[in-house]
Amino acid sequence: MTKSIMIVGVGGQGSLLASTLLGKLLVTEGYDVKVSEVHGMSQRGGSVVTYVRYGDKVYSPIIEKGDADCIISFEKLEAARWVQYLKKDGVIITNTQQIDPMPVVIGATEYPADILTELSQKVKVDALDALSLAQQAGSSRAVNIVLMGRLARQLDIPTEKWEDALRAVVKPQFVDINLKAFELGYNFGL
Amino acid sequence: MRELLIGNAAVARGLYEAGCSIVSSYPGTPSTEITEMAAKYDEIYCEWAPNEKVAMEVAFGASVRGKRTCCCMKHVGLNVAADPLFTLSYTGVNGGLVICVADDPGMHSSQNEQDSRHYAKASKIPMLEPSDSAEALMFTKLAFELSEEFDTPVFIKMCTRVAHSQSIVETSERVLPEDKPYEKNPQKYIMVPANAKLRHPFVEERTRKLTEYAETAEINREEYGDSDFGIITTGTCYQYVKEVFGESVSVLKLGMIHPMPVERIKSFADKVKKVYIVEELDGFIETHVKSLGIDCIGKEMFSNIGELSQLAVATAFGLDEPQFASVDTNVPGRPPVMCAGCPHRGMYYTLAKNKITVLGDIGCYTLGSMPPLNALDTTLCMGASVSGLHGYNKAGGKETEGKTVCVIGDSTFMHSGITGLVNISYNASNSTVIILDNSITGMTGHQQNPTTGYNIKGDPAAKIDLETLCKAVGINRVRVVDPYNLAECDAVLKEELSAEEPSVIISRRPCVLLKSVKAKPALTVSKDDCKSCKMCMKLGCPAISMHDGKADIDATLCVGCGVCTQMCKFDAIK
Ligand SMILES: Cc1ncc(C[n+]2csc(CCOP(=O)(O)OP(=O)(O)O)c2C)c(N)n1
Repeated sequence: MTKSIMIVGVGGQGSLLASTLLGKLLVTEGYDVKVSEVHGMSQRGGSVVTYVRYGDKVYSPIIEKGDADCIISFEKLEAARWVQYLKKDGVIITNTQQIDPMPVVIGATEYPADILTELSQKVKVDALDALSLAQQAGSSRAVNIVLMGRLARQLDIPTEKWEDALRAVVKPQFVDINLKAFELGYNFGL
Repeated sequence: MRELLIGNAAVARGLYEAGCSIVSSYPGTPSTEITEMAAKYDEIYCEWAPNEKVAMEVAFGASVRGKRTCCCMKHVGLNVAADPLFTLSYTGVNGGLVICVADDPGMHSSQNEQDSRHYAKASKIPMLEPSDSAEALMFTKLAFELSEEFDTPVFIKMCTRVAHSQSIVETSERVLPEDKPYEKNPQKYIMVPANAKLRHPFVEERTRKLTEYAETAEINREEYGDSDFGIITTGTCYQYVKEVFGESVSVLKLGMIHPMPVERIKSFADKVKKVYIVEELDGFIETHVKSLGIDCIGKEMFSNIGELSQLAVATAFGLDEPQFASVDTNVPGRPPVMCAGCPHRGMYYTLAKNKITVLGDIGCYTLGSMPPLNALDTTLCMGASVSGLHGYNKAGGKETEGKTVCVIGDSTFMHSGITGLVNISYNASNSTVIILDNSITGMTGHQQNPTTGYNIKGDPAAKIDLETLCKAVGINRVRVVDPYNLAECDAVLKEELSAEEPSVIISRRPCVLLKSVKAKPALTVSKDDCKSCKMCMKLGCPAISMHDGKADIDATLCVGCGVCTQMCKFDAIK
């Protein structure tokens, strides 16, 4: 069975590192893996999405509506934007951070204040303030790894394997911060 | 070694393993990473050429000298290189020559969604289309062999989903081909009518031989399943078909999309009850199959607009619709925006404020067309701003000259803006050209270009001086402004628009995302001094928003450029 994980967020939030980490880990675990990234235009503060699929044999590199076992969202509005891609019994892990898109900034429309409440009524949502946890770990840029820590709870892969993969993808001077961020995400709410 | 690579990195690896030693390209999504990755191998000489035509001609020269060589571009780049392309087909090669072209169905990052396969057919050059990274690597190596065996350039055709998807590849060692010294051969390399007339029959014969090759080639592959219908497909569409039907379906997967086999398609069609064609964009395979007198279903069932997917395939075949949840709340869109501190913003604000008509071009600065700046009037293709402005002013005369400008980035100006400026000078239109010089090729992810002073490796290189260049083509009025200084922008714009001769304004500030640019401390708004006039909001800076009726600056985004402080009459921003 092919498993599908989506990573969504706002261009510039560091989703590429998250998907690199996940891809590396899944290859080491012996899976066939496909990771579909976004480059170019949409990286300029636009909505971005990365697809990660793994299993015995993966064909399509992309995820379609109703397909994703898990959606990891770096921003809560993005979680709502992509919810249609979630499987019926799938789960959304989302950062509670709010980043106003340009139409909201210029007052053309409003940021839906209760979006997380509505989402939680419709699907399984695991929400956490990943920015604060990242800052607690030592860097606001570690939001991506906090969320990966959270994802680790959903997958059947021992945390030591995650940590090895993490050491392999981040620069040596950032390993400690990221390991801490991973742990804070993993243990949040316990 | 088993590695997870994006398709573009796999092509680069293929270049390396095939012993390719020269790569000349111009960036363009989704092709850029091929050349960036190739540049990481010290054994391959790589460069960013000023445009795709130059890149292809560099590859031609390197091939004539006997080296394996490659040029890479996005689909629209192939339009720019079309002139050398069609005759390169006649000359053929000495060292293997591979042209990588990357299409962008769905237009994730492009101004149109043209289908490059037509170029293969029109120029009579074979084209291979991989469906994942493993094939991207393998096909690239094969392309060099075919190139040398059949004396032809060979296309590798990528698309966004193959170029930017990581999948597993097996890498191996680099094998250097033997050097093929240049031997003078005017009949092959000098394409004057007498010689070209001899080469054209060669090209037709070559296509015949390649068609024969396609009849048995392993990159075209039949997979028979138990269904009574068969699907002919290629590239990423193959993956969608397999995702939906698995082993059950009969598939003819075409790895070589031009020329296509004849007998093989006929025999596949004979073995199945009904033939479907699954391909993105135009009905290219479909036209071929129908020309063989085979009844098939293609674009009746699949759109020729945008990308396909497993869902598109499943839906077309009437399979179950997926089930999913959705929210009732309207989710505001999140379009890409100019970054906080982007140097383009100050000039755009000045143009919008003065209600100037702006012929635009392609780059990050095309984002100036978005609200609230709404500063652009046209975007066609790279370079068209400068030549278009000349045409607009020739048509409008005195009525438009003082109220119209064009904007063009530094990389775009080097790509194809300079010829337009020569035209303005030579054919005398009183036009005002603004070069938005952020000292980098921003849009495609920070590639060096001839104006930056660095080459693809980041080593110091000759730096084309824009002021001298513009003067050399006959522009007397060349001004340089700092786009962070709104008063200066305004004054110089007014002066140059009222001048009685053509002028160039260079709006110069490096891109804030460059490592060499150090951000200043974030600015803050004094809530007491803010009078809620929203003047600062007119800039469309993503760091500024209104909270509880007062302007507010997001400290994580603000780089302290100070443009907003010049907007505030109440000195509330410090
Ligand atoms: C013929 C062609 N080649 C390549 C591209 C891809 N492309 C779009 S804009 C651009 C360059 C933008 O750089 P620059 O002009 O310096 O502006 P910036 O993005 O830095 O503002 C490129 C390479 C294209 N659209 N058309």
